[in-house]
Amino acid sequence: MSALLDIKDVVVRFAVRGGVFSSAGSIDAVSGVSLSIEEGKTYGIVGESGSGKTTLARAVAGLHHASEGSILYRGQELRDLPEAQFRKLRREIVMMFQDPIGSLSPRLSVKSLITEPFRIQGMKGRDLDAEARRLLAMVGLPPEFAARYPYQISGGQARRVGVARALALDPKLLIADEPTAGLDVSIQGEMLNLLARLQDELGLAIMIITHNLNVVRHITDRVGIMYLGKLVEEGETDTVFSAPRHPYTLALLAANPEPDPDAQLMRIELQGEPPSILNRPTGCEFHTRCPFAQARCSTDVPSWQVAGPAAHRCHLPASWEQDKVCPA
Amino acid sequence: MTVLDIQGLSVSYGTPRGELRALRDVSLSVPERKIVGIVGESGCGKSTLISAIIRLMAPNARVRSGTVRFNGEDLLALPEARMRGLRGTEISMVFQDPMQTHNPVLTVGRQMIDIQYRDKRSKADKLKRAAEMLALVGIPDASARLNQYPFEFSGGMRQRIAIAMALMARPSLLIADEPTTALDATLEVQIIKRLRELQDEIGCSILFISHHLGVIAELCDEVVVMYAGEVVEAGSVRDVFHNPAHPYTRALLECDPGHIKEKTRNLPTIPGNIPDLVSLPGGCIFADRCPQRHDACTEHPVLSEASAGHRAACHLIKAGAPA
Repeated sequence: MSALLDIKDVVVRFAVRGGVFSSAGSIDAVSGVSLSIEEGKTYGIVGESGSGKTTLARAVAGLHHASEGSILYRGQELRDLPEAQFRKLRREIVMMFQDPIGSLSPRLSVKSLITEPFRIQGMKGRDLDAEARRLLAMVGLPPEFAARYPYQISGGQARRVGVARALALDPKLLIADEPTAGLDVSIQGEMLNLLARLQDELGLAIMIITHNLNVVRHITDRVGIMYLGKLVEEGETDTVFSAPRHPYTLALLAANPEPDPDAQLMRIELQGEPPSILNRPTGCEFHTRCPFAQARCSTDVPSWQVAGPAAHRCHLPASWEQDKVCPA
Repeated sequence: MTVLDIQGLSVSYGTPRGELRALRDVSLSVPERKIVGIVGESGCGKSTLISAIIRLMAPNARVRSGTVRFNGEDLLALPEARMRGLRGTEISMVFQDPMQTHNPVLTVGRQMIDIQYRDKRSKADKLKRAAEMLALVGIPDASARLNQYPFEFSGGMRQRIAIAMALMARPSLLIADEPTTALDATLEVQIIKRLRELQDEIGCSILFISHHLGVIAELCDEVVVMYAGEVVEAGSVRDVFHNPAHPYTRALLECDPGHIKEKTRNLPTIPGNIPDLVSLPGGCIFADRCPQRHDACTEHPVLSEASAGHRAACHLIKAGAPA
């Protein structure tokens, strides 16, 4: 299967305004990320606040400029593509934003919201009422919703409207930024089931950004773990979950308390706080929090090591024997 | 000894559509030196409950009935001056959003001195005490960091500062309202662990509110499950999580993707929505979403004992049906 999206060494750099006494500089919110997403597959990007996952997604959607590297969509370079040409591509690459209600204009009815893509793309001669009914049915909302306004719908329904709008133009790649953040567990499943069903029906590729590992485990084919703007581990979801190699992945998995008071948890506790990307640690950037760090971790930058269906960036990756982790 | 004992508490909000009955006949208690979790989804009344306990309610809220006893005293009947005396000394709170808890234009040290206004100690003593508390919650180099402003701390640190401030007066009850929701998973684990240690050291009780079942399972001794303004189940964490007696609790546990071991693309959900609290349906509050609904459910169930110390509001318990 050929890659639909091929990201190579992408850097997204932002200028930082200096204070009175400091000079202006720049930060790399995304600092050399490579990954590829195949047609019809789901790729999960996991990381904590400030790890650069949303910035990466926005760069793919053309909302941030990638300073270095390349973003190939079906072989076409998206980096430095003029806005006029990018607009045409937005029929195929669509984004669902994080804040479900905030991303819907409060003054537009649901019908206007979900049919706006047709107007923006200049697709005239469409029966917008019929399209609105079709899209609402697709996301499981009754046709009466067309006349409602965002303040009249719940958070879960607003997300469905967001999905309907994103899918209006029959895209090939859907970028979903935290599609379940803030949803109650009882309805979080509805949203994920909807995405899975639509993926099967429409052959969509989905890039899903989340901090919820439990969600990633169930719905993605591949996963990338980000820390300080870089991937620290990436690969087939089953492999990464069953035998994580990077200590940060181990810590993230361990930091997922199970709803069972007697659960035997593998506890890998991180030290301190995530460092600032204004002041990146030397060597392995994770060494300041890593429970296994040794002297060389603070000086030598670990290389990207491919091991079977997954890859990681660590001097002392965990190894697995008979389902037991051997600390690095 | 019970630190907090709530009996039959009902709270309503006056709205243009009519009376919104946010809490109905809620009873729960927090024993000494225990951590009690309240779990429930949006609209279950968690926030209304806390605001009723500390008596900081919205202007349109009204307590219809019930008592909130704290060390034997009914908080709802106390004069405001006495209530103010309790807040921050005997009962303190940690709120959800660590980014908005602190005053942005005052140093952390200044804020931590200010909240000791009741003590007749010297400023230097108060500063020393503030530094001790910061060290206790795990902030390195505490005395130097007292001169810093909130923006100079990360979210996880700010939440720890909030916890330090809340525990400064060694209260007998700490109310924590989703204190880890705004934090990343690895920091959440750190905070939970720290809370447990502090609770042990200070010997306070904690009322811990969360929608995160995993966190409740890990931290709490007892748990109260709320749904649409009512307590539907209460008991020890082990009883409730291992043998849930209410269909809502069971459904909630099933929906947690952390609970599902096999990889699936079809996750369980609870179909339907919570009922409108302005025009409540008669009968069981969960009936229209319940997979085990039957004839008896047109009548409102009372909390009945499923096993010793484990109660749930479901007709199936009385009927002796297998849970």
